[in-house]
Amino acid sequence: MEKYVVQMKNITKNFGNYKANDDISLELKQGEILALLGENGAGKSTLMGMLSGLLQPTSGDIIINDKIVRMESPREAKKLGIGMVHQHFMLIPAFSVLENIILGDEPLKAGRINYKQAAADITLLAGKYHLEIDLNAKVRDITVGMQQRVEIMKALYRKANIFIFDEPTAALTPQEIKQLMKVLRTLAAEGKSVIFITHKLKEIKEAADRCVVIRMGKLVDTVEVSETKEESLAEMMVGHKVNFAVKKQETDQGKEIFRIENLNVEAHGQLKLKNLSLTVHAGEIVGVAGVDGNGQSELIAAITGLQKVKKGVIMLGDKQLQQQNARKIAAAGIGCIPEDRQNIGLILPLTIAENLVLKSYYKQPISNKGFLNYKRINEDGRALIEKFDIRSQSEKELVEDLSGGNQQKVIVAREINAHPDLLIAANPTRGVDIGAIEYIHEKIVEQRNSGHGVLLVSFELEEILKLSDRVVVMHEGQIVGEIDPRRTSSEELGLLMAGRKIAE
Amino acid sequence: MLHSRSIRALAVPLISIIAGFIIGAILMLIFGYDPVQNYQNLFIGSLGDVYSLGETLRNMTPLILTALGFAVSSKAGFFNIGGPGQYLMGWFGSIVFALNFTTLPTWALISGSMVCGALLGGIWSFIAGFLRAYFGTSEVITTIMLNYIALYFVNFAVKNWLAKKGSDSSPNIVQRASLNTDFLQKITNNSTFNWGFFIAIITVFVIWMYFNKTRSGFEVRSVGLNEAASTYAGINVKKTIVIAMLLSGLLAGLGGAIDGIGNFQNISVSNNLPSVGFNGMAVALLAAENPIGIIFAALLFSALQIGGLSISVYSNTPSEIVDIVIASIIFFVGIKYIFEVILTRKWGKKQHKVTNGGANK
Repeated sequence: MEKYVVQMKNITKNFGNYKANDDISLELKQGEILALLGENGAGKSTLMGMLSGLLQPTSGDIIINDKIVRMESPREAKKLGIGMVHQHFMLIPAFSVLENIILGDEPLKAGRINYKQAAADITLLAGKYHLEIDLNAKVRDITVGMQQRVEIMKALYRKANIFIFDEPTAALTPQEIKQLMKVLRTLAAEGKSVIFITHKLKEIKEAADRCVVIRMGKLVDTVEVSETKEESLAEMMVGHKVNFAVKKQETDQGKEIFRIENLNVEAHGQLKLKNLSLTVHAGEIVGVAGVDGNGQSELIAAITGLQKVKKGVIMLGDKQLQQQNARKIAAAGIGCIPEDRQNIGLILPLTIAENLVLKSYYKQPISNKGFLNYKRINEDGRALIEKFDIRSQSEKELVEDLSGGNQQKVIVAREINAHPDLLIAANPTRGVDIGAIEYIHEKIVEQRNSGHGVLLVSFELEEILKLSDRVVVMHEGQIVGEIDPRRTSSEELGLLMAGRKIAE
Repeated sequence: MLHSRSIRALAVPLISIIAGFIIGAILMLIFGYDPVQNYQNLFIGSLGDVYSLGETLRNMTPLILTALGFAVSSKAGFFNIGGPGQYLMGWFGSIVFALNFTTLPTWALISGSMVCGALLGGIWSFIAGFLRAYFGTSEVITTIMLNYIALYFVNFAVKNWLAKKGSDSSPNIVQRASLNTDFLQKITNNSTFNWGFFIAIITVFVIWMYFNKTRSGFEVRSVGLNEAASTYAGINVKKTIVIAMLLSGLLAGLGGAIDGIGNFQNISVSNNLPSVGFNGMAVALLAAENPIGIIFAALLFSALQIGGLSISVYSNTPSEIVDIVIASIIFFVGIKYIFEVILTRKWGKKQHKVTNGGANK
């Protein structure tokens, strides 16, 4: 019989009347990579929260190494050999890699930290598991991929046998994802057990042995990955057939509607955009690919008037926008679905209706002699909720009570309803469930089909390749290449994103 | 859902109040005083007859206004500790006006005094707001400093400009300029109850309207809830900050002005900042910055203060016990987080559920 290192039996977790997990069971074998697949809100994080001691199950048993355990805190989970690699890394940027790894478990020698021994131990582990890390580098200077390896090393250093990865590939380049998959397999080969949370099917096919699918808090099935097709995994996750293709009629490239010339933007004393030029035509979706942190945020901020332009020209039609404020730019015809919907795009404690007028409340007929016409605001809100299929109880519901997908729909509704000539969409489907992704993609394509321009900035290559008519790649504040999405591979795109020119 | 949200919002202050009274009772028991008798005296002494009621209502008037002032800045995301200074400037301004424009008709004299006081209070907070918006200076520090500038400036001005040589107070204002009237005094058995109370109540509704119906109020709320999103939406955040701070000081200043021409009738040199400015902050916190809630919170605080006086009259219990009760209530409001956790466990709400997919965060 195979040895199970983790057994979760009939786990139920209630938050009040809400069942986040309903009678879920899963087993993890020694040396196995298990994928945990589900949409946002399906209950994956809750389930893993219980395994890592953050939450306690309402009913059901957790059995680790054949012993029933009740973990009241993450500390106890760590003692049992469970290591969690969070999606948002828990590292201290100003500390070195070495300091971050030993933080909380420092080896002492006469009351002082024995850095030498720690470094020796870690180097040994790093060799064994093929983890490249630079112990002396400061965390703030290293790449996201390296930060993740530091997180893995933190768990290894604490002698973890069971690794939980929470959406580990969300911020990685294709090359880094490959490396991570290799590390996962090495961990498994050395007898460690891995659970990784994801909603990306490709990664499951690539790395996992078995896959547990949950939907709306319930276990759908546990399957052998090698015997299951991607399509059926998707179907299990969503509960109905999924249409992966986007209907996109061919359109002729229209006239140029938006142009950036030699844009230079400085932030925190650093030049974040260097002579960047870009055009968008009517009826066109231009995808901007690139690894996070290569100037995409600054580009969007500069276009929408949130960041000062040092040099360069931004033109929408024949209107110069580079010295205008945010309100004038929006009124001129630029809409923006910002990448951080909860902190930038929405004011969560306001109602849906109020959020829907966030950019137009100051105009007639909503605002009249300094007073707001709330009757009108709420009526318009109801209409948009209907039109954009925002699942909610009423237009007066607070946006913070909506699911991520519906929050995003509120932004999409507001921006598209303003009929912008150019729509900027920054990671419009990040953290949004599949149903909403389909819907948002449809809306973006609709925008293009009706003869408007779209600038799509995304870290999801698939999304960029699927939607864009033209793709430009950003690296270190510059456009380093333009490619035709119909004639490229993610490999080529990945290399460009890493800063290599096509010709090399 | 909306319903239970408002019930929960009420639960925290109510539990805090009860807990505050319990602490007071325990202390009285420990030191051998009778809590039941004292609380009874407290109640009778504050709300038991028309005279006490009049005193309580008069005393809550400036509390309402300083609390509203604090609430307005707080809605915009700022911690305006300058209430005492703004209140003092308002008091000063009203007396100066009332002393100097005695030839004006009554309505102009009274409203002029109040406007003058409110404006002085407004200028005081405007300085802090302006520094905050355009230079990023912490409003906590500037408002504290401005409190002291107000205190010593007013002392200087009263001593050198308003008071007769050798005196520490200004002369009294003419009767015509006062908010006191025979009618209100008569129906409240000669209490100090005056028209200021009604002005405060009207102001509460004006402020409620401001937040819930006006464009500017919407902008203040938006900026207070999320400055980054407001900037993205095209709101002029700096201007909004200045407006909110100005309004905040206008209200505290109006509180001072009403107290000046309604209650004190003059202004004296004082050693300390007026405590009503600080108490207003406590009232606003207890009311969770809700304008309507502020009326009730101010009533409670005022009743405790007025009723506390009679505790020591009818028994040998020190009236400071009331301060302990007030302080405990504020303390419990301050740790409302703990109540919220307990309530959440008890009533188990979806609100705190851990959603899947960390990408939402």
